[in-house]
Amino acid sequence: MSINVCSNRSMASITSLPSGVSAGSLVLLETQTASSSSTISFTSNIDSTYKEYVFKFIDIHPSADNINFTFNMSADSGSNYNVTKTTTFFEAYHKEDGSEVDFAIADSRDLAQSTAFQQLNGAGVQNENDGSISGYLKIFEPSSTTFIKHFISSSMSNAHNGHYAWNSFMAGYGNTTSAVDAVQFKMSSGNIDAGTIKMYGVV
Amino acid sequence: MSIVTYNNRSIANISAIGAAKALTHIKTVTASGDSTISFVDGSSDVVLDSTYPIYLLKYINVHPASDSQHLNVNFRDGGSSYDATKTTSYFEAEHGEDGSGAAVNYVTASDLAQGTGVQKIAPNVGGDADQSCSGELFLFNPSSTTFVKHFIIRTNTVRSDNITFDTHVAGYCNVTAAIDAIQFSFGSGNIDAGTFKLYGLKDS
Repeated sequence: MSINVCSNRSMASITSLPSGVSAGSLVLLETQTASSSSTISFTSNIDSTYKEYVFKFIDIHPSADNINFTFNMSADSGSNYNVTKTTTFFEAYHKEDGSEVDFAIADSRDLAQSTAFQQLNGAGVQNENDGSISGYLKIFEPSSTTFIKHFISSSMSNAHNGHYAWNSFMAGYGNTTSAVDAVQFKMSSGNIDAGTIKMYGVV
Repeated sequence: MSIVTYNNRSIANISAIGAAKALTHIKTVTASGDSTISFVDGSSDVVLDSTYPIYLLKYINVHPASDSQHLNVNFRDGGSSYDATKTTSYFEAEHGEDGSGAAVNYVTASDLAQGTGVQKIAPNVGGDADQSCSGELFLFNPSSTTFVKHFIIRTNTVRSDNITFDTHVAGYCNVTAAIDAIQFSFGSGNIDAGTFKLYGLKDS
């Protein structure tokens, strides 16, 4: 084993710390990097260990143009992503040339007792080289067998052929008292060409 | 100083680390038939002072003993009363399980203008066994004796009539006294269940 050395008063290549030493309350559990991926699924580490799980999606780039970035939850370890959901969706947007702005509910993007995937962006994400969506999804106490499963999300994307800055706010609940133990992300059509999704547990 | 050595690629004898603990858990309180849930600086291991510039409260699956109760919050700015003067904004998005009523609205009846009463953060939380609300509250620089105290709150709720609400509250305690305690309560009845977590966020 090589000896790791101090580098500018930080330590390199440390893989674990002694028990009892907290690395903080936002614990990175898994990172997945998309590469022409049809889906990105998190099927482990979602349990009663944490009361809240945070997914950060960073520069998610679709293979097809003007496509939605979506998520769903599973109550059977990822065999089926079909949890019933009721959600709200509202958005603010601004066109690059300054000609359009709006702040409104987006009823066409929400769900009412639906098992379908929920979109996280407003208008479709563009697939030009610099087009992407970034944001977060927070799911509260997915392991509960008493309560429904609240979630909140916010994202920013460049949409409609890249001419708009689109700030989206989605929230709602999985209307199930079964434990949610897996989460999947995918585009509404085509692949996730690139991007990073990180899952954290909140101590 | 003794030399810290490697132990099978882990390091031993480290008792604290700095930068990695940007979000630091301070206190968890589990409600069980409580009229209020309070976080008071210096009490029961709670820190709510100049140690952190930002505090984050998470409230998870908060369930009322009585049906259709607002979850509220208030702040203490000295003394024993939760009555800090507040000016706030309040808007919410809603959508029924039956697909009806999708809307986003500013709700003037739910904001405060130099009010000292409680601030609603979740509307008419349902009392069915599986109904609750969950969300988060950021409080900025509560120990300042120079500035007002900003806060930002977002909550998702199952209302008693099976409508989901995404509630956004923001505002400030219009006081220059330090805020040293936060309290949650329902409009009527007890907090039957729920988990409340307090965190500190470091700025360096």
